[in-house]
Amino acid sequence: MATNPMHQFEVYRIGPEIKIGAIDISFTNASLFMVISSFAILLVFNLGSKKNSVIPNKMQLLAELSYTFVSKMISDTAGSKAKPYFAFIFSIFMFVLFCNMFGMIPYTFTVTSHIIVTFMLAAFIFIGVTIIGFIKHGVGYLKLFVPSGVPVVLLPLIVVIEIISYLSRPISLSVRLFANMMAGHTMMKVFGGFVISLGIIGGWLPLSFSVALTGLEILVAFLQAYVFAILTCIYLNDALNLHH
Amino acid sequence: MIKKIFFQTIFLSFLFLIKTFAAESGGMPQLNPEFWVSQIFWLTITFGILYVVLSKLILPKISNNLEVRKSKILENIEAAEKQRKDSEEKIKEYNKIIQDNKIKAKNYYNQAREKILKDINKKKESLDSDLNEEIKKAELEIQDLKNKSPEKITKIAIETSNDLIKQLIGVEVNNSSISAIVEDLSKRKKSEYYGN
Repeated sequence: MATNPMHQFEVYRIGPEIKIGAIDISFTNASLFMVISSFAILLVFNLGSKKNSVIPNKMQLLAELSYTFVSKMISDTAGSKAKPYFAFIFSIFMFVLFCNMFGMIPYTFTVTSHIIVTFMLAAFIFIGVTIIGFIKHGVGYLKLFVPSGVPVVLLPLIVVIEIISYLSRPISLSVRLFANMMAGHTMMKVFGGFVISLGIIGGWLPLSFSVALTGLEILVAFLQAYVFAILTCIYLNDALNLHH
Repeated sequence: MIKKIFFQTIFLSFLFLIKTFAAESGGMPQLNPEFWVSQIFWLTITFGILYVVLSKLILPKISNNLEVRKSKILENIEAAEKQRKDSEEKIKEYNKIIQDNKIKAKNYYNQAREKILKDINKKKESLDSDLNEEIKKAELEIQDLKNKSPEKITKIAIETSNDLIKQLIGVEVNNSSISAIVEDLSKRKKSEYYGN
């Protein structure tokens, strides 16, 4: 059972079974790591914002660098109109980043390797962005599906393609993160299994692969959080500044 | 050869492992809907709390910290600029004072020099005039002496000749006759003796 690379993604109940009506909302290992990630984020940024010295200490520097990093990312991709959504994008970025990074610790659970979690985040972003678009532009938001400068003959086809691409946004956003995390963790587990099965003579090559993969996975963990946040910014930009 | 065998073993064991995984696992646990609702529920709660606390408490603090730092740095830069200007002005003042004092010192020096030169000249003049007077006096005395000398010489000559005659011939000669002869002679030889 331990050599099964998919075993690490299994969700199991921690503590008693909690049910509201017929719905099971028990506290699981996934819930545990969501709570740990959120708590870690709050701890780091609370420590980083407590003191305000002109020359920041390490925690303060970390918090302020993250703040300016996300702030710059938003203003670069979505402009100054996206300022009110800064806190949301910052939370999304930090949540995904911390969940990914906690997943890199051995024997932990990677929250973002579950399609339902990433899909919920992506669906929330998709619905939110669509609502913002309709509030800002009214029915004019539908112009997003009609690119300017397209010949009239091609227009029906283009509109259909645009609508499909728009509707597939939450799926692509969620599957990208979920697949990256799952593939990486599975691969690491597989190579870890090779080390055991090939023993002391043949195990060195998969072990070195495993070490290299760990570095790569940490990079992917950061990169996927960044991609998730920046795609959110791009979708928000479409809703706020309607020029296709 | 050994390498080949090594890689083949790896490949074969990979195939073997995949087979065992396929046999063991019942697909991806992610697609098992047993805990989906629970995950959605806890995601909503944790992310909701995270968002509220971040947006209401922590992010405003960080942005405030950044603003305060920015304004503090700007203030400090302004203060530094002001102080730089002040110090530049002070350097200018300092240079001016030094320049002024140099000029003053030069003036003092020149004045003192002139004064001393004047004094020297004055003293020289007075000394010159004193010397001239002395010289004149001495000249007058000399002239006086010069003028008086023929009479004395005549007198001495008369006395000497009187004594000589007495010694030579033992006769007292009348003073007046001798003086007549001496005067006669001295008158005749005067130009020879004095060069007048």
